[in-house]
Amino acid sequence: MAMDAGEIERLIKARFPDAQVEIRDLAGDGDHYAAHVVTAEFKGKSRVQQHQLVYEALGGRMGGELHALALTTGSE
Amino acid sequence: MSTPQQDVEDWIRKTIAANDVVLFMKGNKNMPQCGFSAQVDHILRALNVDFKDVNVMQDMSIREGIKTFSNWPTIPQLYVKGEFIGGCDIVREMLQAGELTALFDDRGVSYDASKLTA
Repeated sequence: MAMDAGEIERLIKARFPDAQVEIRDLAGDGDHYAAHVVTAEFKGKSRVQQHQLVYEALGGRMGGELHALALTTGSE
Repeated sequence: MSTPQQDVEDWIRKTIAANDVVLFMKGNKNMPQCGFSAQVDHILRALNVDFKDVNVMQDMSIREGIKTFSNWPTIPQLYVKGEFIGGCDIVREMLQAGELTALFDDRGVSYDASKLTA
C-alpha cells in the first residue's frame, strides 16, 4: 500500500497541466511525502479548496493508499 | 455506538454546532494517537484554546462519516464555529502566517498567544 513520487506528480499534472509540483519523500517508505503544488487554477480559492482539488486529482488515494502527504499549495 | 449514516451526520452537525472549536482526532486531547492529530492538539493547547476533542478511533462510522461530511480524506479535522478549517497542514500553515489567530479574533474565540514559541 504505497505510491511512488512519480505517480503522485503524474496524477497532479494530469489534472493541472500548468502545475509546478515538488515532491519530497519524507520517510523513504512510499507512504510519507511532502508536496508543494502551484497552479494558476488555485487563484481565488481557499486553502481547503486548493487541497481538496489536489486530493481529487489523486483520485481518492489520499488517506488510503497514500497515508501521509504534507501538502502546501499556491497560485503563483 | 455505530449508527446509520444519517444519525452520524446529525451527530456531527450537532457537535460542531454545540462547540466553538471541535477537533476530530485520533486519540484525545490528553493522549493523541497520531502525529498529525498531536500537532493540531499541541497548537490548540499552546494557544490555550478551549476545544472539544472527538476521538474518531472509538467509532468507525464517525471516522468515515466526518470525511464524507467535510469532503476531506484524512484526520485530524478542525472546525471553528461550525466551519471546517482544515487538517494538520492547513492549521500549521495558518498558524505560521498569523491567519489562525486572526480567524479566532474574527470568530470571537478566546486564546492566549503569549506562550506561543515561534
